[in-house]
Order: sequence, then C-alpha cells, then structure tokens
Amino acid sequence: MSALLAADLPYWVQSLLRVLGGVVAVLLPAGAIVYLFLFKMMSFMQSRLGPMEAGPYGSMQLFAEVGKWLQKEDITPERADRVIFKIAPLVVLASTFLLVAVVPFGPDAWFTNFEAGVFYMLAVSSVSVLGILIAGWSSANKYSLLGGLRAAGQLIAYELPMVLAVIGVIIQAGTMNLQGIVLAQNTGEMFGWNGLGNPYILTQFTGFIIFMIAVQAELTQTPFDMPIAESELVSGYMTEYSGFRFLTFFIAEFATAGVFSFIASVLFLGGWGVPFAWFGWTDIDSVDNWMNVVGPLIMFGKMMLLSFVIMWVRFSYPRFREDQLQRFAWKVLVPISLVNIMVTAILKVAL
Amino acid sequence: MTSTESLIDRKQLAYIASQAADARLNVELETEGMTLNIGPQHPATHGTLRIIAHLDGEQVVWAEPSCGYMHRGYEKLTEVRTYPQVTSLVNRIDWLGSFANEVPFILAAEKLMGVEAPPRAQWIRTILFELSRIANVSLFLGDLGVQLGAVTPVFMAFRDREHVLNLIEAATGGRFHPNFDRIGGLKDDLPEGFIDETRAVMKKLRNFCTEMEDLLFGNEIFQSRTRGIGVIPKDIAMQYGLSGANLRACGVDWDLRRDQSLPMAWDKVDWKVWTHPDGDSFARCWIRLQEVRESTLIVDQLLKSIPSGPVMAKVPRIIKVPEGEAWVSTENPLGEMGYYVVSKGDLGPFRTKIRSASFNNISIVPWVLKGVYVPDIITILASLYFILGDIDR
Repeated sequence: MSALLAADLPYWVQSLLRVLGGVVAVLLPAGAIVYLFLFKMMSFMQSRLGPMEAGPYGSMQLFAEVGKWLQKEDITPERADRVIFKIAPLVVLASTFLLVAVVPFGPDAWFTNFEAGVFYMLAVSSVSVLGILIAGWSSANKYSLLGGLRAAGQLIAYELPMVLAVIGVIIQAGTMNLQGIVLAQNTGEMFGWNGLGNPYILTQFTGFIIFMIAVQAELTQTPFDMPIAESELVSGYMTEYSGFRFLTFFIAEFATAGVFSFIASVLFLGGWGVPFAWFGWTDIDSVDNWMNVVGPLIMFGKMMLLSFVIMWVRFSYPRFREDQLQRFAWKVLVPISLVNIMVTAILKVAL
Repeated sequence: MTSTESLIDRKQLAYIASQAADARLNVELETEGMTLNIGPQHPATHGTLRIIAHLDGEQVVWAEPSCGYMHRGYEKLTEVRTYPQVTSLVNRIDWLGSFANEVPFILAAEKLMGVEAPPRAQWIRTILFELSRIANVSLFLGDLGVQLGAVTPVFMAFRDREHVLNLIEAATGGRFHPNFDRIGGLKDDLPEGFIDETRAVMKKLRNFCTEMEDLLFGNEIFQSRTRGIGVIPKDIAMQYGLSGANLRACGVDWDLRRDQSLPMAWDKVDWKVWTHPDGDSFARCWIRLQEVRESTLIVDQLLKSIPSGPVMAKVPRIIKVPEGEAWVSTENPLGEMGYYVVSKGDLGPFRTKIRSASFNNISIVPWVLKGVYVPDIITILASLYFILGDIDR
C-alpha cells in the first residue's frame, strides 16, 4: 500500500481526510450529477426536455429544488407522535450514509476497512425499514399506516434474496471484506486469461439479477413501489411529511439508489479496480497511488450505469400488487438464489 | 333406533363443539376494521369522487361511491338558457370529449324542429365526434399507466393527444370546449389543409396505439394486475345499466353508433364493434385501445368520402322549438349519453334530463369492489373510466 495516507499521518488526520474527501469529492458531486443525469434520462425516455431553467441546461436543478423544499413550512400533524415523526426521515438517511462507510473507492480511499463488510452492509441497509415503519405509524394517517405496513412486509421479504444473492459472491471471493472482493475480481482470471480479471457479473449472473431485483424492492421503486404507490396511498409513509423532512426522504431515495449501485458495482463489476494485469500489479500493495484518484471515477461510472438500469426499470414498469410481490420473493427469488448458492459451492469445491 | 339417534347426537355435539371452538378462535383473532376515505381529494379519483371503503386489513368489506362534490346543476341551468346557449353548458359535462356532448342535444332539438343537417355537416360532426373520442380515450390509456404505477405512458398519451387537440382547435377554435355544433348544422366549414393534417395525425395515433400495446398491454405485470380483476358478468352489467366500452367488455355486442339510425355518418363507413368475453379490467382497457384504433379508421374513411355542400341548413334566426318531447342518445367516449328534451315552444327547453354514462358506470362500484384489495380498487376504478363532470353534471 502506498505511504501517502496510511503511514505518515496521525490517525485522526487520516480519518478526517477520508471523511472530507469522501463527502466533498465523491458524495456531493455524485449526488448532483446523478440527480441531473437521471432526471434528464427519464425526461428523454418520456419524450420531454426535463429541467431546463435552473442553470445552463438545467444543471442547477438539484440546488433549486433543495432551496424550494427548505423554504416550505415544516408541518407536524396534530395527532402525530411528534418525536418519532421527526426522527423517522433521519433514520432512513442515516442508514444510507452508514452504507457508504464500508464502500471502497480506491486502494486507500475508504472510510473504514471492515473485515465483515458485506455483513455490515446488509445489516445497515435494513435499518431504513425501521425508519419507514415508524414514519408510517407515527403519522397518524391511514394511508401512511398502510404504506408503512406494506414497506415492512416488502423490505423484510426482499432482504432474504439479497443476502442469498450475495452469498454466492462471498463463496467465490472467499472473503466478506469488500476491498478483498474487489481484489479477488481484478486479480482473477478466466480460463488462464487475465485480461479482464474475473468480474463476478459473469460467473454470478443469476446472483446479480436477483441482487438488482432485491435492490429495486429495497429502494421501494417501481415495480415494487407499493409503500409509496402515489395513485393508491397518496404517498404512503411520506404522505404527512413536508418541507425539510420530505426533502430528507427524497434525498435518501436517490442517495440509496446511488449507494446500492456502488455496492453492486463492488460486488459484481469489479469496483474501483481495473484488471491488475494491465499494469502488472499483483496485489493491493503494488497498486499505484494514482488509482486513488482514478478509482473513484471508475466507481462513479459503474454507479451511473447501474443507477441508469434501476431508473430505466423504474420508469417503464407498472407496479405489482402486494401479494404478487410476496409470492415473487418467496416462490421465485429465494429458491433460485438457494440453487445458485449450491451450484457456486459445488463448483468452488470441484474446481 | 336409539343407537343411531345417539350417534346423530354425538355427531351434532361434535359439530357444535367444533363451531364453538372456531367462534372462540375468531373472537381471539378478531381485528378491528378500518374505514378508508378515498377522496374527495385523492390522486386516483380524477376529480372529486369519494369512495368510502371499509377495510379488513387490505381487503375491502364494502365500498360505496359518494358523488355530488362537483354538482353544477346543468339540467336546471338549461331551463334558463336558449337552445344555442345550451351547447356551451353541456360541453363541460365530459370535459375530455366535449364536442361529443353537444351532438345528442343538438340532434334532439333538430328532431323536435324537424330539420336535418346537410350531409357535409353530418360528416364533419362525425369526424369531430370521433376526434373527441380519440382525445378522450387516449388520455385514458395514459392515465391507466399512472394508476398502475407506470409513469411513462401518460407522457406519450399527452404527446399524441396534443395533435388531436390541435385538429379540434383548428376546426372549431376551442381545444377543450369547442361549442361548435349548431341546430341545423355547424358554425363553420373545415379549415384549409385540415384533411391532410388529420390523415397524418391519424397515422400517429395508430402508432401510439401500437406503442401502448407494446409498452403497457403486453407487460406481464400489467396483465397480472388487470386480468381477472373486477370481473363483471354480462347480466350484472346489464342490470346496473353499464354502457359503452364497459358493457362491450362484458361480451354484449351493443354500440349505439351502429344500432341506431341517426343523421350522422357512421353507417356510411365500414368499421367494427369490438367486444371481449372476459368482463375484467383488462378487457375494458383493451376494448378502449381497440376503439381508438377503430376511430382513426373511421375518420380516415370519412375524410375520403366527405361530400361538398353547405354546412348549415335553413333555420330561422331566432330558434323556437315546437312543443314536444324528444330523446336522443349517442355512443359517447364514456358510454351512452342521452338528452331527454321537453319543449313548450319557448326559446329554451322547459326541462332537460341528461343521461350521462359515468353516473351509471360507477353505480356498479359497490358490487364490483366487494372483497378486492386496496390496489385493485384503483385498477378497477381506472378501468371503469369515469370523468367527474360526467358523474355530477
């Protein structure tokens, strides 16, 4: 590993640099650009121009919207459970930002290098269910209650296929550390040829598809958006939220889409790395320092690609009904991912 | 004898005991119902319809539509208007296909007066009637997607409906409320270039229909959400007085454009009445899609055979309708729409009864919503397709 960040600086400076670098250099521009990209993309799919007024070509749209939401009145319903009502959006947003903590953006560009990163990631991502459930319950609104209950049922149902889909990757990589999974993919080889590394999207294609479907459900986006279901439940658990708190939910929705795309790109697309054989690297210590700058950009590109897929599905499909969704999770996704685990394990042992 | 009796007693006792156990279990597991007020302000009711639904979990125990939030009293208002003024009122009943609202009223007045519009006027009336049907139903097709959670179809629907509205505007001067029909004919002739333009637009609309078939109707999720949901049997549909596409989707071959002889041009062209045997939400949506396509074909044929001549018959400047009563109904975009006009020989009608399609179409809601899930309420309401102005008048 290079000496720039790891050895010469005291620990607290390292941590501060990591957090500032992560937030300023990665998350903020990522949020702004991804937001604009997705809105433009969706507009072109729907034969319209999208945001055009705020800034050149609508590029300042995110800031305009944030400004608008911050000006709005923050209303708490009279019979709501006030404290919980106010905490709920923060819980959802916190779970999103906690997810970022384990994602590696480069050989040294990570917040924490967690040994059980995958485990942590799966655990933290389900905290948002709690936020959604208490948002639905504390609003004292029937639509919110229905939305919150639906969300609870749905997110728990889809947590399982997601975990099972990731297990295939873990078996293949032999580690739960996300950095380790990136390395395993980029140092890997296919039939003795190492020109592409071994991105797990090829070997774990079933797992990738199941993971993306589960992500779509975790994000409560169409075709799995019954917790929000604006034509049935007005806005589901978000119905009573306004102003800043609604903005928090809104940001969490897009940010979670981005973060899950990051995670999927780490697990299945090789993360920040390029195939190490290109530059003659053998392990993480031999990786050149410039990958700390290029790595996040590569991640960013992969994240855009995957968010594009998520949003593409979102804008072209109608939504399932609640019982159909449960049936799909338990009767289709879970068995397929179990079979996937078995096949992966057998091949791992046999080869 | 006694042994068999005791056997029966024992069986009965066992039965009673099992029933009692069930009852205890039911009391223990009993959940409180919830009354959900859908509307009058709700994104799914396209206006101000209120559905009172008693829910058990997410299942509807009973539901009831409550209308009247947008009552504007048009039947009463017609009594203090002259005949030519009434068209500007009835425009606003079904505001998406407004020209179609004027036609039956004008036909009823013409029937009382004994005048008939010249052939060119009849042709243009039919063309505009079908254009307003296309404008109305294409919006339905887009809205259907939104109700089911797909956001994209609605933009396509608005994109292509815009062309139709432009045509209506070119001919009548109004996009939403043309107020173009007159007793004895039409206000104006068609503008220059209308025919070529319309042909091009009809082609676009047929493409739109194909697009919707690909994007929405062929989608598995859409099919699983609509097939077998909200099934209305033939006899129930007829008992509740459904009309239009809702009735044809139950397998009843009934279309007033074909079954009635009116001074309009439908019988001069070749077209097909679509029916579907299923009677579910999918059938209702599918029928409407086919009807848009059929309407474009009707318009194309009418444009080809449009006769020349005046667009206005000889009618007196001040219209007084002779004493009498007349009933005329036509196949409007939403279903059968009719006017019963009672005249006492004055400048305006003495009494008008407006039979609008949506009012009857939503009367089946309590029957069809029993036992469905909350998401299906929206599907069924969307597929029944009502417009609030058409319910409340």
